[in-house]
Amino acid sequence: MAVRVQREDFDSGAEIAAFRRADPGIGAIASFIGLVRDANDGDAVAGMTLEHYPGMTEKALAGIVEQAKARWDIIDALVIHRVGELKPLDQIVMVAVTGAHRGAAFAACEFIMDYLKTQAPFWKREQTAQGTRWVEARTSDDQAAARWGEPQAK
Amino acid sequence: MNVRILYFARLREDMGLAQEMFDLPAAVGDVKSLRAQLVARGGASAAALGSGKAIRVSVNQDIAREDTPVKAGDEIAFFPPVTGG
Repeated sequence: MAVRVQREDFDSGAEIAAFRRADPGIGAIASFIGLVRDANDGDAVAGMTLEHYPGMTEKALAGIVEQAKARWDIIDALVIHRVGELKPLDQIVMVAVTGAHRGAAFAACEFIMDYLKTQAPFWKREQTAQGTRWVEARTSDDQAAARWGEPQAK
Repeated sequence: MNVRILYFARLREDMGLAQEMFDLPAAVGDVKSLRAQLVARGGASAAALGSGKAIRVSVNQDIAREDTPVKAGDEIAFFPPVTGG
């Protein structure tokens, strides 16, 4: 299991190649990449700053991956999340899950993203023509996490 | 009998500080009573942490609830709902 929080961009192809390590037991890799959009809530977005809680962020992400491994028959999971200054088109987050079969890999990948969105301590501040503003949490993200049926806080 | 309190994102700006040491009164045993003590200081604390604000709390870097115990030496963080990903 690997969890990384970093300012630098990542190469998703190279990350997946390194992550699968020529393991012949892997029959499926499901991956997700989140990107910076150029608009949010009807306003043009010129860029954003991603703040996080060093220490807790890594602990929270590792905990989410452990929950995914307990719930699905997957081999491993990789999470990379960027912080700092980001612009539209930039990559923000990558999740990759390896398994013997696709079903568990797809489900675990989506679960990790849904939980990351609602439990990992990151905050976005975006720049618009009206100035900078903190991005508001979405109830749709809470609903997406809740459908997995586990309590979000222990 | 101190706890370290951290503030993030909008709460850090509203409080005007990123962290502080807080002398834990004997009556404070959980997250709810700690927050009430901070709000009772008035000023920025009352404005940032008062009721009606959507606030999340962690204790020792785990997501906490209102009844999560708090004791001397703990690291407690207050922050808005998260918006990563």
